[in-house]
Amino acid sequence: MVVLWIVLGIVGLVILYGVVTYNRLIRLRVRSENSWSQIDVQLRRRYDLIPNLVEAVKGYAAHEREVFEEVTRARSSAETASGVQQQAQAENELTRGIRRLIAVAENYPELKASENFLALQEELTGTESKIAFARQFYNDQVAKLNTLIQSFPASIVARMGGFPPREFFEIEEPAARGSVTVQY
Amino acid sequence: MYEQIARNRRRTVLLILLTLVFVGGLGYLFGYLLGVGVAGLIVALVISAFMSFSSYRFGDKLVLRVSRARPVSHEEQPRLHNIVEGLAIAAGVPKPAVYVVPERAPNAFATGRDPEHSSIAVTQGLLDTMNRVELEGVVAHEMSHIQDRDILVGTIVATLVGAVVLIAEFMLRWFFWGGRALRESDDSRGVGAGFALLAVGGLIFALVTPLFAGIIRSSVSRRREYLADAQGAMLTRYPPGLASALKKIAADTTPMRVANNATAHLWLNQPSRVPGEGNHWFENLFSTHPPIWERIRLLEEM
Repeated sequence: MVVLWIVLGIVGLVILYGVVTYNRLIRLRVRSENSWSQIDVQLRRRYDLIPNLVEAVKGYAAHEREVFEEVTRARSSAETASGVQQQAQAENELTRGIRRLIAVAENYPELKASENFLALQEELTGTESKIAFARQFYNDQVAKLNTLIQSFPASIVARMGGFPPREFFEIEEPAARGSVTVQY
Repeated sequence: MYEQIARNRRRTVLLILLTLVFVGGLGYLFGYLLGVGVAGLIVALVISAFMSFSSYRFGDKLVLRVSRARPVSHEEQPRLHNIVEGLAIAAGVPKPAVYVVPERAPNAFATGRDPEHSSIAVTQGLLDTMNRVELEGVVAHEMSHIQDRDILVGTIVATLVGAVVLIAEFMLRWFFWGGRALRESDDSRGVGAGFALLAVGGLIFALVTPLFAGIIRSSVSRRREYLADAQGAMLTRYPPGLASALKKIAADTTPMRVANNATAHLWLNQPSRVPGEGNHWFENLFSTHPPIWERIRLLEEM
């Protein structure tokens, strides 16, 4: 009789552990998904800024067509990218393009001083740092999720519940922070 | 962090209970002395319950009002708005409302009751003197206060303790002036004994109130400032940003007009009305904030 109760107790504890862990996994997965969509929002905001930026620079440096084309191409390929890794690659490409565009703009003091360009640059810097923060938050959530998925005995629950580890979003530092220190 | 949130919730409940007891006791004493019995207690309890509720619900509005903070739009302050939004994303909280305080001294504070109802206010001086990285450091510090619900305790302390102190002062004054008027009218001898008691009671409150306020305020603030510095550095991943901002703040001696005892503990750095106030050991004893150089040193060690 006593043995039966002990066995029942153990089974109960195991089930309880399973339920609690499953819920934690769900919570972490939802949080990772939400923070991924936050990155998406910020990336989209950056795509929206690029045509304006290109227009602003074009007004002063129409002959730098090569740069404009490069940025526009990178933008559209980033917009259609899917999957964490592909997206990261496309974003890196785009970041490089934007950096070149800004470098071109640096050669035109009038453009650099124009209010429109300054406002665009602030929005771009702001958006790039938001991308960086969103990425940081996303990667933190993914790290938590992946740690739980890989650690024993939660790994059993993760396998039974179908929780694959998520990919980190690795992109080059958008250089927002580095360049800002020089800027002032 | 979750521990910190739980601790802050407990502290808030304790604070409200303390206020209930304190104001209740005050009411009971006055009821007793005025010969209306329990009525005084009941009235006092109703008043303090109302006070607690409104300081929970509207405390942030009050704090922003007394600090003369003004809401600013994204168009007016794009840099500040972008930084606040970015750090809200980093901290995983909704974006707080953004305010600017028209003061020349660089400083900042956060208020509200939870991350869904929170505000960050910075002075015009901060916007003028800090570069982007430094401003990020400061906002990250305030964001940590929001994350940890420090803002709840801080706001309740500011409004509730502020109110208790105000009531105690008012009663003391009432006693001094009203007492003399009654004594001069000389209608009965019983009143004399009553007023002697009232005098003692008033004196006790006059002594206890600043102590009460002081203890809470200092216990509330010092450790959590260090904690918010560290947590803020985790958000920006760049401790030198806040360190350099604190250095600029330490070097600035501009006095602040809106500084007052009820809200001092909310600010990033202790605001002062007197220009050029240094960090004397005696001051440290009563100050709500840890010495700024100590904070800088710890950030630079990270």
